[in-house]
Amino acid sequence: MSASLSRFRAIFAVLVLGLTVSACGYNDIPTLEEAAKAKWAEVQNQYQRRADLIPNLVSTVQGYAKQEKDVLTAVVEARASATQVKIEASDLTDPDKMKQFEAAQNQLSGALGRLLAVSENYPDLKSNQNFLALQSQLEGTENRIAVARRDYIEAVRVYNTELETFPGVFWAATFFRGNKPMVEFTANDNAQAPPQVKF
Amino acid sequence: MKRAPTAPGQRSALTVLLVMLLVLPALWPAAAATPNFPPLSGRIVDQAHIIPPATAARIEPKLADLEQKSGIQLVVATVPSLQGEEIEPFANELLRYWQLGEKTKNNGVLLLVAPNEHRVRIEVGYGLEGTLTDALSAVIIANAMTTRFKANDYGGGIERGVDDIITVLTTDSADWQARPQLRLDSGDNSPSAAMPFLLAAIFVIILLSAVSPGFRSVVFQILLVLLMSSGRGGGGASWGGGSGGGFSGGGGSSGGGGASGGW
Repeated sequence: MSASLSRFRAIFAVLVLGLTVSACGYNDIPTLEEAAKAKWAEVQNQYQRRADLIPNLVSTVQGYAKQEKDVLTAVVEARASATQVKIEASDLTDPDKMKQFEAAQNQLSGALGRLLAVSENYPDLKSNQNFLALQSQLEGTENRIAVARRDYIEAVRVYNTELETFPGVFWAATFFRGNKPMVEFTANDNAQAPPQVKF
Repeated sequence: MKRAPTAPGQRSALTVLLVMLLVLPALWPAAAATPNFPPLSGRIVDQAHIIPPATAARIEPKLADLEQKSGIQLVVATVPSLQGEEIEPFANELLRYWQLGEKTKNNGVLLLVAPNEHRVRIEVGYGLEGTLTDALSAVIIANAMTTRFKANDYGGGIERGVDDIITVLTTDSADWQARPQLRLDSGDNSPSAAMPFLLAAIFVIILLSAVSPGFRSVVFQILLVLLMSSGRGGGGASWGGGSGGGFSGGGGSSGGGGASGGW
């Protein structure tokens, strides 16, 4: 009787320990980490979407504005280097890598902005249906990038706060010693503003 | 005798402190949202007062019909001011604040008009981005809406825009299947899945505490701890599904799909 009782007691203690530990926020760090990674995946997804739109845009513009060779090649090159910089989920704590990613994407934003500015000079191009559709898609993608970045910044803020504030800081110092704060985007005004498209 | 006058002062200071402590956390989520959004008072939230009542009466049943048939929540909103923000983030945040669309499908659409800033936006939930694309939204804004807005015909432009949006949304057959009923209110099915385990756990705990008085005291202590810690983690609960017969968002979200325009 007493043996089975002590066994009960042991099982119960484990159960209670599990419950209290999870109630004290043991799960918060991994949960928030996964949430931030998912938001990052969305950021990268939207940048990829932008990169996918570019070949079509370039070929459309080329049909009307062959002489703008410099601008077109700048876009193609910026796209190529931007697609090469990939950030894996494990790189999110690496400031250098994030800076590299930001720089590549910013360069592409700049080149795209110039391309759209230049295309203003070609009335035929501006009234081309395909170009108009691409333009609105590009606009939409820039907007989605802005939203995804905002969501990611917020998720990282919550995660980093959890690592530094009370229940979390205890777990971060013991069980999750490998968890480093993630790098927040430096909200770059240049990247935030979508290329200006005037009709 | 000397302490008597100071005591009430101290007490009122303490009361103020206590009230502040109680009220501050309640204000926290409100402070986090930057712009001051109007409440979701119906399918048409005409804060800028630009939609004539007759037009609103014509649009309203169309919106209700759309939701009943497809579950899509389309809401028309006008605001007197964007409060210094661009229309894109404003519309995105407003759609998320109102949680338009079903939680699992994110099939909400917000048609936002800011007459004073001369800006209009169709914000599309994640789930409808494939149907109501950016390009189609741009076409609707350019053809149906901004031309009429230029002539100060806000009612006509909005009505035409709503018609076009509904046409686009309902020509995709996959999104246009008659529903047996309205969307499930507060449709979180997790409690029903966890129910057997919870019941079993409660049963075991009761059994054990009946067997031994030692357990009883342990259980009591745990209950005490749980009660005290239940305060943390609060908020977050979405009220979802208007049980009072009113209209409310279903927990949907959007990620910046759609298009905007100006006039």
